[in-house]
Amino acid sequence: MSVISIFFTALFYISLIVFFIGMVKKIYQFGITPAPLKIPIAPTPLTQKGVVMRIIREIVLFESLFRSNKWIWLFGWLFHIGLLLILIRHIRYFWPYDLPDIFLLTQSFKYAAFVMVIGLIGLMLRRIFVDRIRYISAPSDYLMLIMLLIIGISGMIMTFTSNHTDIIMVKEFASGLVSFNWKNLPTEVYFLIHIFLVFVLMAIFPISKLLHMPGIFFSPTLNQVDNARSKRHIAPWALKQEKEHAIRLKQILGKDE
Amino acid sequence: MVKEFDIPALPTYLETPKLKEGVMDGEGPFKSAQEFQNPLGFPGEKVDNWQKVAIDKIGEIKSKYRSVQVFLDSCVKCGACTDKCHYFLGSSDPKNMPVARQDLFRSVYRRYFTFAGKYFPKLVGAKELDNDMLDDWYNYFHQCSQCRRCSVFCPYGIDTAEISMAAREVLDVVGIGQKYCNQILGKALTIGNNLGLPEPALRDTLLDLEEEIEEETGGIAVKYPLDQKGAEILLITPSADFFAEPHIDGLIGYGKVFHQDGVSWTLSSYASEGANFGMFIGSYDVMRKAALRIRKAALDLEVSRVMVGECGHAWRVAYSFWNTLSGVGVGAADEFSQKLQDQLDHRYPQPQHIIEYTHDLIQRGKLVFDKSANDDRTVTFHDSCNVARATNMGGILGGQFILPREVIKSVCNNYVDMERSTIKESTFCCGGGGGLLTDDLMEIRVKGAMPRMQALKTVEKDNGVNTLAAICAICKSQFSKVLPKFDFDPYMIVSVHQLVSEAIIMDKRKIEVQEDKSEVD
Repeated sequence: MSVISIFFTALFYISLIVFFIGMVKKIYQFGITPAPLKIPIAPTPLTQKGVVMRIIREIVLFESLFRSNKWIWLFGWLFHIGLLLILIRHIRYFWPYDLPDIFLLTQSFKYAAFVMVIGLIGLMLRRIFVDRIRYISAPSDYLMLIMLLIIGISGMIMTFTSNHTDIIMVKEFASGLVSFNWKNLPTEVYFLIHIFLVFVLMAIFPISKLLHMPGIFFSPTLNQVDNARSKRHIAPWALKQEKEHAIRLKQILGKDE
Repeated sequence: MVKEFDIPALPTYLETPKLKEGVMDGEGPFKSAQEFQNPLGFPGEKVDNWQKVAIDKIGEIKSKYRSVQVFLDSCVKCGACTDKCHYFLGSSDPKNMPVARQDLFRSVYRRYFTFAGKYFPKLVGAKELDNDMLDDWYNYFHQCSQCRRCSVFCPYGIDTAEISMAAREVLDVVGIGQKYCNQILGKALTIGNNLGLPEPALRDTLLDLEEEIEEETGGIAVKYPLDQKGAEILLITPSADFFAEPHIDGLIGYGKVFHQDGVSWTLSSYASEGANFGMFIGSYDVMRKAALRIRKAALDLEVSRVMVGECGHAWRVAYSFWNTLSGVGVGAADEFSQKLQDQLDHRYPQPQHIIEYTHDLIQRGKLVFDKSANDDRTVTFHDSCNVARATNMGGILGGQFILPREVIKSVCNNYVDMERSTIKESTFCCGGGGGLLTDDLMEIRVKGAMPRMQALKTVEKDNGVNTLAAICAICKSQFSKVLPKFDFDPYMIVSVHQLVSEAIIMDKRKIEVQEDKSEVD
């Protein structure tokens, strides 16, 4: 194996491990942190089913964002849906075996790259030209968009121009990573840029704002049922405190505190 | 004392202002003195090692509140909230954009608690908690009414109120409390209400009120019982209701409704307050203490129902938090909660809002109105933030929007809603909530009221609206103060139960006559 192949192979596993450990840690942290009070935000569902539907609508349609601002919604939604379709299409590179016929359909998902890049450009232009959004942007916010844009554009160059990368080699490399049957990767520059940034993005996922992906499931304002009067909601630390106070309370009940 | 400032003009259409950095920079509200800090368990002045204390407190809060932890990590700076805050729309100060306000907190969290912020602070906008930052916290987290309008529009439901509460708790713990909130809390926790009305004064006030109503109604004895053991209903209401206009007109309305229903009810001198400023300062413990007073009053008076008057955040605390804090609801853990829950009548929701009660009586035909008594009014309803975005009424989807409107429409012939994007879950805050209802914050209060005033102006022009009805004591106080600043009549703000009070037919005989008539019909 060439040095560069070893480097990228190693980078993949390092990034994957960082991603995995980081995400598990974060999700665990979100999970164990109690929500001491009922704080759902209107329009609040009164049932668990309503809550599930609400989260699904938020994830699939970006409902609140649609209510808020049609431009952010449009660009944000285009970017995310484009990215999703492209990720599905990329499965064929990593799948070590023959693909079922149904995957032929994902061939057309390559055009989703345009959708994704248009979305990203829209988001970037907003960040640059709308003074409110510029005011709240940190360098990392631009950097994230730039990385995604370079990933998208380098992928499009390989797909839609004559700068084709050796697709057989890509498949052997990528499926080799999954099946631990390591192979050389094509050293074509657009491809190297493309996967380098993808691996970097994977590694920074758990320490960046990309945490909005798991975060949305843990957001108490979105995931709580509005049933405070009919069901008691109490955090473990509050219950512990309550029990510790119980004796004192006995003494003061009937007297002023 | 209060500094001069520009009162914003009311535009025909609400537009997003150009950023004017630093226009609302300043000292913030009056700081709390030792005498108000210590009783709440906070240091009397800024502690020497404040930075360490603050960072430790942030660490504690984020491990106790999932909201804070998730919200600090999840924001992508998409900008959806940037034009949603009434204080930003009214002041143009970019630090009043919800995301920027939160970033005062988030940038500090990043610096001390995240990998990226520790090693690449410039890249991710992480900042030290220095004196300037602390000043910004004090100033700008007291320009947030915790109304949660921004969070309705956030794709992740990030709630600035939670961050604002956390920031205020940190400030209190380092010894920089806000005078208005903490002084009030002191009164509520010792005397029983925010105004500091002791039992004899309260009793006198209520007796005066009884006389006044008897005179006005021509001899109908509407009673305002205080500390009456064994009454069915304990009413917990904001103490403003005992005292000031237009609040007291609402109290008159409640009394008439109770009278017509013939139910026994009582107020408590020990827990005469519904408002719980513990929420505003983000302190679970202080909020719980205030809630426990109410539980104790309910137990002592042996009531079977607990009801809440017209107060926005009181209703939020009651509806969403009482069951958690003190067990007024279902499923309690400690023996006093269990005792209370055995005592309460669970055919009714516990606690219940006065609007739910009146609405139910209207539905069951137990109240009769002469709607024409309100014919001089064209009414619009201001959804108070905490009621609209954090609670429910009637157990039906959106009941908190439907029930008050139905009550108003039952007692008035002329009702108009303000523009859809400014009401219901998208309602604009009055500008005075969240512990901002103090004269030293008059500038931000007036500026923050602009978006609500703009919507009101539109229905005034287009539909001849001359009455603004609300079910929150803070809204009512705030509007009384700011309406004239925008050339409205300060008396156009009324309590919903004032409208009920004016239309209700009190005479028992008249009701029977009407019933006979309807049978003939």
